[in-house]
Amino acid sequence: MNALSLKKGASKQSAYDLKNTLGDVEETHTIAVLVDNEAGVLARVIGLFAGRGYNIDSLTVAEVDHTGHMSRITIVTTGTPAVIEQIKAQLGRIVPVHEVHDLTVEGPTVERELAMLKVAGQGNNRVEAMRLADIFRASVVDTTLESFVFEITGAPEKIDAFVDLMRPLGLKEIARTGVAAMLRGV
Amino acid sequence: MTRQMSGAQMVVQALKDQGVDTIFGYPGGAVLPIYDAIFQQNDIRHILVRHEQGATHAAEGYARSTGKPGVVLVTSGPGATNAVTGMTDALMDSIPMVVLTGQVPTFMIGNDAFQEADTVGITRPCTKHNWLVKDTDKLAETIHQAFHVATAGRPGPVLVDIPKDVQFATGNYTTPQQARVLHYQPKVKGDSDLITQLVEWIETAERPILYTGGGVINSGPAASHLLRELVSGTNFPITSTLMGLGAYPASGKNWLGMLGMHGTYEANLAMHGCDLMICVGARFDDRITGRVEDFSPKSKKAHIDIDASSINKVVHVNLPIIGDVGNVLEDLLKVWKQRGSKTNASGLKKWWGKIDTWRAKKCLTYKGSATVIKPQYALERLEAITKGYDRYITTEVGQHQMWAAQFLGFEEPHRWMTSGGLGTMGYGLPASIGVQIAHPDALVINVAGEASFLMNMQEMGTAKQYRLPVKQFILNNERLGMVRQWQELLHGERYSHSWSEALPDFVKLAEAFGAKGIRCSDPKDLDDAIHEMLAYDGPVIFDCLVEKHENCFPMIPSGKPHNEMLLGDASTEDAIGTGGGAMV
Repeated sequence: MNALSLKKGASKQSAYDLKNTLGDVEETHTIAVLVDNEAGVLARVIGLFAGRGYNIDSLTVAEVDHTGHMSRITIVTTGTPAVIEQIKAQLGRIVPVHEVHDLTVEGPTVERELAMLKVAGQGNNRVEAMRLADIFRASVVDTTLESFVFEITGAPEKIDAFVDLMRPLGLKEIARTGVAAMLRGV
Repeated sequence: MTRQMSGAQMVVQALKDQGVDTIFGYPGGAVLPIYDAIFQQNDIRHILVRHEQGATHAAEGYARSTGKPGVVLVTSGPGATNAVTGMTDALMDSIPMVVLTGQVPTFMIGNDAFQEADTVGITRPCTKHNWLVKDTDKLAETIHQAFHVATAGRPGPVLVDIPKDVQFATGNYTTPQQARVLHYQPKVKGDSDLITQLVEWIETAERPILYTGGGVINSGPAASHLLRELVSGTNFPITSTLMGLGAYPASGKNWLGMLGMHGTYEANLAMHGCDLMICVGARFDDRITGRVEDFSPKSKKAHIDIDASSINKVVHVNLPIIGDVGNVLEDLLKVWKQRGSKTNASGLKKWWGKIDTWRAKKCLTYKGSATVIKPQYALERLEAITKGYDRYITTEVGQHQMWAAQFLGFEEPHRWMTSGGLGTMGYGLPASIGVQIAHPDALVINVAGEASFLMNMQEMGTAKQYRLPVKQFILNNERLGMVRQWQELLHGERYSHSWSEALPDFVKLAEAFGAKGIRCSDPKDLDDAIHEMLAYDGPVIFDCLVEKHENCFPMIPSGKPHNEMLLGDASTEDAIGTGGGAMV
């Protein structure tokens, strides 16, 4: 219980405790948030993540109940367990937020993403692209003599794999929706 | 039955229906219709401030001294941006506040119109919630909902942005009863199993401590009564954060004083050495915890808080109870009494023995002086002379604020208004105005530093206009005292920009505002000067010239645990006996 003998001019001191105490292992969680579909609600959610320094790996949002004006936001985020808990608690206190579900904890879940890929090429590359698309059960939604637009649905990893395969075959453009997720069973 | 009226009239009607008697504001182009409606009624009193920041802090002072939400009315653009500091302050300190801002007409939004700012965008992170109302029919409902959000759960500021065309247009008025109930309904009742668990811990704890905060005061007077009942029933020691002072009386025998960076030796060491910490409506702020890994390492921790996001944010707690402090304390006391009102008497006796040795350290002693006024001495005298008054204290931010927390005693909640979380210099003067408006016959003193005072000194004009006898008690050290202290201790005595070479003559400044100015520099004259300040029926600026290089102790440097506390020279050397402040 000694009084601290602090040297005058010690410059290692700061007005804040600069050491980060949250040195835990990071986890990835998928969080579903049910919100009132009103102006600015997405900005509130995104602003929370930006303002408090949380990660957003993927985010999707769309109205799911037209009569009740409710939207569902699916967020994939990475952080230590303490940070994930904070994210959920902070989301829970946003006024237009009705429900917050950590699908990774409540799981198991089905997670799906849709992507469109524009692949340009001729000859063998074009044939190979078509053959791979078949294997991945991607469908062709637009075609010209030099290009395809493929539509593919699946888990994000499957889409990653398909994108990697298309790259040497003339991949020009990618559009991905981000993850939509739901608990399995009832 | 629907009532048709203009949007501007709706604002006034909705405020009346919400029981508002006073608003703080400043007119401008985009709120002129509302000011016109205010002109044509007598139920709501409008206090004209001199700067919008002043309006927000005055509303905070009003809110914190009454428990009712403070209401602010300002114009668009600069009016709204000037209110941002006050809203952030209210958010950090959980002060209920409703801010109404004018906005350019809906059809001009986004055009960079004159005095246009994206008010809801700018204030989204510094409010609990905000609304832009584009339809006059929805205006009254939105204002009612705004009051609900500001006051429900953990209180805080909300903002309603009202375009000028919405104020002019006619629509249907919605009463509070007709307004759609928001989904937002925070849980107030604590989980009974967890409360029972806490009671079991209370019964067996050998070294317990109650660590209370602003949540007790926000919960209402009942919570303070229940807290006092718990303390007297269990004989547990109690400490409080800056925001919680007054919930338990400073004269109470179990009171250890404030804890934290400039808290007392006994409070911080009791926090460090306890085996059961019961955190009631506080949030483990970094000014409280010091180094988090070494924060009270051997204790089980229970945390009662209405905001789930406060739980485990900084410190991991073993027993979180989410609910309103008053509600939870009521249930807790009920269960504890049902089970026979037991405590670990022998353990407690030893614990108090230890605490008494810490108390004997007399950590607030300081070296007195016969020639210069020590700031601590000034506050001791202020305390002694004004103790019997119906007294409210506000402060600015810095050393004087910490000394005020250490040397003034608060016996009741709602008597102490200070900017804790945000640490806003310039808070105290406008806050004192808000308090005096709410309590016209009370003695309202703003304990200030000269630098903080200058930040919102224009509000002396408000004090004069409304004949508010607020006393500005400036501990003038001609320095940014707290900055200077850090520079002395931690930055090699390089006093980078921490003093002003051109301070005003505060006595003449007071006179320029039509107030009374008093200057005092000799400890012998201090009592008489304070009496002169109290005797004057009007606003006073009291320029108390104090020791320029006094440091505020005790002090836990950031990043240090509670048991590595820096004490003042006086008490480390045991050089001074009791009543170190006594004049020699």
